[in-house]
Parts: sequence; structure tokens; C-alpha cells
Amino acid sequence: MTRAGDPKSATERYVAAFESFAGNGASGAPGWLKTKRESAISRFAETGFPHSRLEAWRFTDVKPIAGEHFVLAAKPEVSAAIRQAADAQLLGGAERHAAVFLNGHFVPELSSLEGLPQGVKLGSLRAALESDAKLVEEHLTRYARDERNPLTALSTAFISDGGFAYIPDDVVLERPLQLLFLADPASGSNPMWHPRTLIVAGRGAGGSLVESYVALGDGTYWTNAVTEVVLGEHAKIDTYRVQRESVQAYHTATTESYQARGSVFKLVNFTFGAELSRQDINAVLDGEGADCTLDGLSMLEGRQHTDHHTTLEHAQPHCTSWEYFNGVFDDRARGVFTGRIIVRPGAQQTDSKQTNNNLLLSERARADSQPQLEIYADDVKCTHGATLGPIDDEHLFYLQSRGLSRQEARHLLTYGFGSEILEAVKLDRLKEQLDGMVRDRLSG
Amino acid sequence: MLEVKNLHSGVEGVEILKGVDLTVKPGEVHAIMGPNGSGKSTFAQVLAGHPAYEVTGGSVTFEGKDLVEMDADERARAGIFLAFQYPVAIRGITNAYFLQSALNAVRKDQGLEELDTLDFAELLEKKLEMIGWDDSLIHRAVNDGFSGGEKKRNEILQLAVLEPKLAILDETDSGLDIDAVKEVAAAVNRFRSEDRAFIVVTHYERILNYFTPDHVHVLAGGKVVMSGDMKLALELEAKGYDWIAGEAAAVAG
Repeated sequence: MTRAGDPKSATERYVAAFESFAGNGASGAPGWLKTKRESAISRFAETGFPHSRLEAWRFTDVKPIAGEHFVLAAKPEVSAAIRQAADAQLLGGAERHAAVFLNGHFVPELSSLEGLPQGVKLGSLRAALESDAKLVEEHLTRYARDERNPLTALSTAFISDGGFAYIPDDVVLERPLQLLFLADPASGSNPMWHPRTLIVAGRGAGGSLVESYVALGDGTYWTNAVTEVVLGEHAKIDTYRVQRESVQAYHTATTESYQARGSVFKLVNFTFGAELSRQDINAVLDGEGADCTLDGLSMLEGRQHTDHHTTLEHAQPHCTSWEYFNGVFDDRARGVFTGRIIVRPGAQQTDSKQTNNNLLLSERARADSQPQLEIYADDVKCTHGATLGPIDDEHLFYLQSRGLSRQEARHLLTYGFGSEILEAVKLDRLKEQLDGMVRDRLSG
Repeated sequence: MLEVKNLHSGVEGVEILKGVDLTVKPGEVHAIMGPNGSGKSTFAQVLAGHPAYEVTGGSVTFEGKDLVEMDADERARAGIFLAFQYPVAIRGITNAYFLQSALNAVRKDQGLEELDTLDFAELLEKKLEMIGWDDSLIHRAVNDGFSGGEKKRNEILQLAVLEPKLAILDETDSGLDIDAVKEVAAAVNRFRSEDRAFIVVTHYERILNYFTPDHVHVLAGGKVVMSGDMKLALELEAKGYDWIAGEAAAVAG
């Protein structure tokens, strides 16, 4: 379908890009993956980019992304500056476990993969397609489903590299596994990448992961990331996700978690970057007694826009979920939050609590918050609450009456919004880094 | 220290204080009593500089400075402290961090070195020891999820840390049982000194039994209609406020 005045529609461009992608660089992929890619691009060809007439995309228009002519990024040179930047971003010293990517490509020379505990795997998805073929085939694309989001379909069509982590049964990590996705916008014109990440935690496995998207400079590019996290029975996993893309860049993502019986999953999600970002967070609790926590902080300024579209699906009884998202929006920034909670028939004794607080620091900043409860069981507890507005005058007066200037009082109250979520970060060095990001935003 | 002359003030065009006069000297404790709606809490808020209240007439000077022209934070740094009747909750900020920020704002203004976290922790420990309280409140977010009693205690803890020259206690006794009133009064008593003054705003005389005032004033209809000493407070306790209305009418007439 071609729209008037557009010689080649965005959809057609991506289909054409897929054909040349499938024809060369990606030809080494296993047959099952080729089949998945083919059906994913067919689906995308059918749906095209999401548009604002779709309920789930009502507040976020991705036309600016569709309108750009993005091309799959080549692997850039690793300069000394990039080496330094990667080192500064990563937590821990020589003993760290980190897989580093640059413009979507795995970079072994920036990564630290030695000394992983017995059986633990960390590295690139591309390598895992060979080394852990069975495991990858069993899980990849199974949870983040193409039919739910056209951009997930696009990700599947372009699967070529991304992160891979595996924690075997009963192994509990001492140090976090880090996945760092660096963006070097200077390396080409309008590059894009579709990093695809698979994280599998076995029965009784435990540990934490850090997944960061960080720009090395300003420029227009597009990250379309999909991460699938699978937790076996009684696994306990904390994931910290940090988005610090360039403010001229686009970031679209799906973070999908799937939990078995008695598992505990926590995602602490930070959004600071990108001109336009949209993240779907889908958590499925598919075993009795599973517990899921989604915490999030967005701090945007200028003309940044972010949309967090979250779905917590209680598929089995006796599961608990806790969602706490704070947003701080300055200048003309805008935040959208959707908190969908689905309680499937039979998912009795569900306990779910959702909170979304938005602080608007300027008259032109905007926030939209919408809870969506779909409850098909009768013995459940689901609560939700949302706030949005400027800093409260009574709060300001209280702090000023203790000697803080108006400006100091505003900063402290704003910092409190961030600090509430920072409290959930249990890795000290990461917490420090993020605390610095939050404080930087206060000086604006 | 504090000189209030013919103070008129209100909110959104409605006059609440209609000519209040009050003189407070260092070391004195003044109780402001009065029925509901008499303007006593407004008086406390106006002294602290709440921006919603406009001063439409009269004057307020504190150590020779014109308070009316000063913002709430300037007044605080000059040494005025208001213990709130309804303290607000500040999520995400621990009490310790908040107190440290507030104390440092005051110290900076006085040209003193700011205290780092360790020095401040030491100071806080001393203050808690002085008033005999444990540190259970200091690592929690400011007033967040605090019980009524905890909120009132927290106000007194702030007073202890900030060491104001003039402390205004706005119904610090309200909502507390008698043991809690005694506990709070005992803590405040520790900070009584010959150069610190207190204004205790209260509906009931019971807190005054544990924190004896030098002067008792009755506020009614936005004016001080009667002044005396502790005997006046006891009389009010015995007779209620109804008889004041007649006296006030006599004054106004």
C-alpha cells in the first residue's frame, strides 16, 4: 500500500531492507529462525507502523520514526574514546561480567566474559544461536509475541544480534551480568539497530542483570530493542534497565518477562534519554505464587516524549505484583503511562497494586496516566492510583519554613520523586551513577 | 524580639486577623488560646510566612527586621520556626537528609561551614539523646506513613536540630493522648532558655500544665481580646470559651 505523495511507503522500505538483510549478512542463521523472520516481516508488511488510531498508541505517534530513512548500522570502528566510555559505564573492575554492543553489534574486545561462574553464560545472541542452539530455539520469540506490537515483529524480522544470558538451575550470582548497548551516532547517517536479548534463569537460579542503552554522542538513530526474560520455578532475578539514548534519537522497546511458579522478578526501569521513546513492559505470571515488581522512573526535559505501556498478566492463582512508576517532566516534555492489569479466570487470590505519580515542573509539560483493569476472577485484590500535577505549594511552604530557599525546596521535592525509585536499586555503584543522573536533571 | 502591631491578614479577600497586637521578649513563653475559627492557626501561619495569607495592615517585626517583607525561608533562617499542626509528607526524602539540608541552609546563611553526613549524624544523635528519643524516625521518608503522634514528635525533633530563636507550636497537642502530650512537652522544655521564646497555639490548656506559659492571650474574632497568665488558661478550661464572646463584644464596642 502506498500513500499519496510518498513514492515508497515506510512499510515497503522496511520490507525491501529485510530482503537485502535476509539475502546476505543474515544468511548463516538456522532454518527455524529464517522461518520466524519471514513470518515476522509478513506480519509487519500487513500492519505497517503503529498509528494513533490504535488504542495502545493513542498518545504516541511514531510517524517521526517511520518518516526517517533508517538503515541497518554497520559495525563501527572501536576507538580509544569508545573504549574509555564503555569502561566508564560498566560497573565493577576487572572481575566484572559484561557483554558490550556497539550500534547493535557485539564487541568482544569491550566485553568481559572471563571468570563467569560454572555454567553461567553471557555474551552475544548471534554466538548463542550456535553454542546454545537448543536453548535459544526453545525460548527466543516465544514470549514477546509479534502479533502484539508491529515493532516487535520488526525486531523479529531483523534478529541478528543482541544479548544472551543464562543462569543454570540453583546457581546464584555474586556479581551482576551487564549488557551494555552503546550508540555511536557519528558512525553513519540515520543508523538503526534491533538488538534482541534473551535472558534465561533456571529453576532456583538467582542474580541481577543490568541492561543499559547509552549514547556516546548526539545524533539521530533508532534503537528497536526487544528483551525476553524467562524465570524458572523459584528463580529470583532483579533487572535494572537504563535508557540514556541521545535526545535526538528514537528508542522503541519491549521488555517481556515470563515467570514460573514461585519465582520472583523485579524490574527497575529508568528513562532519561531519547527524543521519542516507547517501551512496552509485559510481565506474565504463569505459575502459582509468582511475585513481580515493576518500578520505573522517567525524567525528561526539552521536547522529549516517553510512553510506558505496561501489562501485568496474572495467569495463575496466588500471585502478587507491585508496580510503582514515577515521572518527572520539565519544559515541554511529555510522559504517557498505561498500567494494564489482567487477571485471568481462575487466577484467584491475586494481589496487585499499581501506582503512577507524575510531577510536572513546567506549565507546558504534560502527563497522561491510564490504568486498565481487566479482571476475570472474583477473589482478587487490585488497587491502582495515579497523581499528576506541579509541585504542591504546601510542600514548598513546609520546606521553606525550615530554611530552604524556594529553589532548594523545589530541587529537594523533585529529587524525592527520583530517590523513591533509586531506593529499589541494590547495586551501590549503579545507584550512585543513577543518583548522579537524577541530580543532573535538577540543575536544569 | 517579636513585635506584632495591629496585624490584619486574610486569604482570598477574607480578613481573618483583624488587628492583633503581641509583644514577645526573649525567654518568654506565650500561649495563644481561642475557640475554633478564632484565627489562632492563621496567626501562626502568618508569622511563618505562608504565601496564601496576605498582610493587609499593621506590622510585624522580629529583632528589628520587617517580617512582612520576608519569605518563609528568610524568616526561618532569621530564627523563626513553626511546628505545623498538619505536617506534610515528603516522599523519597529521609528525615535525616531533610534535616541535614535544612540545617545546612541555615548554617550557610550564618556563614558557618556546612555539616557533612557524618558530622550531621553525630549532631542528630546528640539531639535525640537530649530529648530521650530513639532514631526510629530518622531513616524514614519525612512524615510518610507517620502516625499523628510521630508527626508531632518529628516537628519537635526539627525544632531541636534547627534551634530557632522563636518557636511557634501550632496545636502540637491536638490529636495526642495525655502521655504523648507530656512526652512532647517534656522534650520542648529541654529547649527552653533565656534567649529562646515560644508561642504555643492551643485550644486546650492541658499542654500548658507541662509547659507553663508566662503569658496567656485569648484570640477571638481575629483579635486578642484578653491577656493574663496561667490563671486565665485555667479559667478557660473551667468555663469554656462562650463567655469570651461577650467580653469580645465589649472590647469591640
